[in-house]
Amino acid sequence: MSKIKTYEEINQKLKSGKAVILTAEEVSKMALTATPEEIVEKVDVVTTATFGAMCSSGAIINFGHANPPIRMEKIRLNGVPCYEGLAAVDSYIGATACDPDNPTYGGAHVIQDLLEGKDVLLEAWGKGTDCYPRKHIRTKININTINEFTLFNPRNAYQNYNVAVNTTKKMIHTYMGTLLPNLRNATYSTSGELSPLLNDPEFRTIGLGTRIFLGGTQGFVVWPGTQFHTTKPKNELGVPVTNAATIAVMGNLKEMSSDYIQAAYYDKYGVSMFVGIGIPIPILDVEMAKRVSINNSQIETSVLDYGTNGTPKLGQVTYGELQTGLIIVGGKKIRTAPVASLSKARKIANELKEWLQSCNFEISKPVQMFPKNTSLNSLKETEADND
Amino acid sequence: MIKKRYILNFPPESGDKAFSYHLVKDYDIRINILKAEVYPGKRGSLLLELQGKKDNIENGVEYLQKKHIKCEPLDKRIHLNEEKCIDCGNCTAVCFAGSLTMNKETWKLEFDKDKCVVCELCIPACPLNLFEIDFR
Repeated sequence: MSKIKTYEEINQKLKSGKAVILTAEEVSKMALTATPEEIVEKVDVVTTATFGAMCSSGAIINFGHANPPIRMEKIRLNGVPCYEGLAAVDSYIGATACDPDNPTYGGAHVIQDLLEGKDVLLEAWGKGTDCYPRKHIRTKININTINEFTLFNPRNAYQNYNVAVNTTKKMIHTYMGTLLPNLRNATYSTSGELSPLLNDPEFRTIGLGTRIFLGGTQGFVVWPGTQFHTTKPKNELGVPVTNAATIAVMGNLKEMSSDYIQAAYYDKYGVSMFVGIGIPIPILDVEMAKRVSINNSQIETSVLDYGTNGTPKLGQVTYGELQTGLIIVGGKKIRTAPVASLSKARKIANELKEWLQSCNFEISKPVQMFPKNTSLNSLKETEADND
Repeated sequence: MIKKRYILNFPPESGDKAFSYHLVKDYDIRINILKAEVYPGKRGSLLLELQGKKDNIENGVEYLQKKHIKCEPLDKRIHLNEEKCIDCGNCTAVCFAGSLTMNKETWKLEFDKDKCVVCELCIPACPLNLFEIDFR
């Protein structure tokens, strides 16, 4: 009978310093000569990672109460609008939020400024109530003056992502970078065989409560990410060939580092935020060993035309091909460029490996697994002004 | 020997002249064409790197100017704030001169300044705004 390991056994091995931990790239290389049966015997945990722009990110902030107190009903941080519908002094600042008059500085920049210890201007207004009489406050805050500063990202770490190209005659500006006309470049945004959700495509070990590397500290997977789609087309190895599932993550920003949280602005698109995520995958059985063994030549993704309405699919390529710098789509050679940092992702996978090796990190069994067979609704427009 | 870069703008009537032949033969200048845009019958522009003795380059440029070719010394260079670079690769998507490339082993950004033609596309393409023009 083939080997089966429990989370407890693996954690025991981690504690005693006997666990074998490899990065997903290392195990993919190992799998070229070792069988899954051999891998499950030899390897206990595989570290995966990604460092890419993840727009659906943001931070929960509690400012603390001033004297006299104010019920903040309109809030700006360095001019960036923050959500005002959370009690008196709680707020959520979305990474992509910005003042339309200053579109290059947004929520992600505020988060980074706070993270780096800089002062940020808080301005808030309220109508004034009996219990919160104040109507206006304008003051400087920083990471030490605020109470909770929690990263809460509703949709991160996409399981695979499309390659973006542009067939039109005009240069276009997208979250996938600048796309030159007439298919003169192609951009891709996943760390391939190192990418977390591609190494556990069926979510056998990643679920609610999974402890992860988030922004340089320990964080958690707290929910399926928004647009959690598990029924997208898959290749013969069961790996989605387009953007599919996602995760929602949470962690303490006060412990994070701007090495792994970076504000970004895409020309003529807007603000986003690079987020560093690393997920340990326990090799519980042969099936998990098979999953983490896949390499870039076995992971495929779809080439979509971002210049045309409906982003039609033009072809399918492997990450092995993308990383050569050249793909062929419809007989045409196209230069490729990544838009997510593989070197940073490697750094995260190695750092997580070190945490595990030095007993600073335990793997955790999900308290609940994620739903299966999910799909998405699109926004159907109905006649809304008849009432 | 010095190396200088010039942007040459040709009026419509000068398009067919064998100026490069004269620069090489009469002024002993080594020419490297970094970028060319030619619109026959209208105008053309070239980004040239000239290598040779200082006097020869000055005389060669004077020769071009007499032929009504506008020569503008290119004293700008692209500067990258490497310390803050996260090696995302966005700039390599637009760099057709092959100056900005990803190292296929380390996946870190490499910037070969000698290949840069100062097209400036990397400046807006960088999501961290790390490129700027150095006017020297």
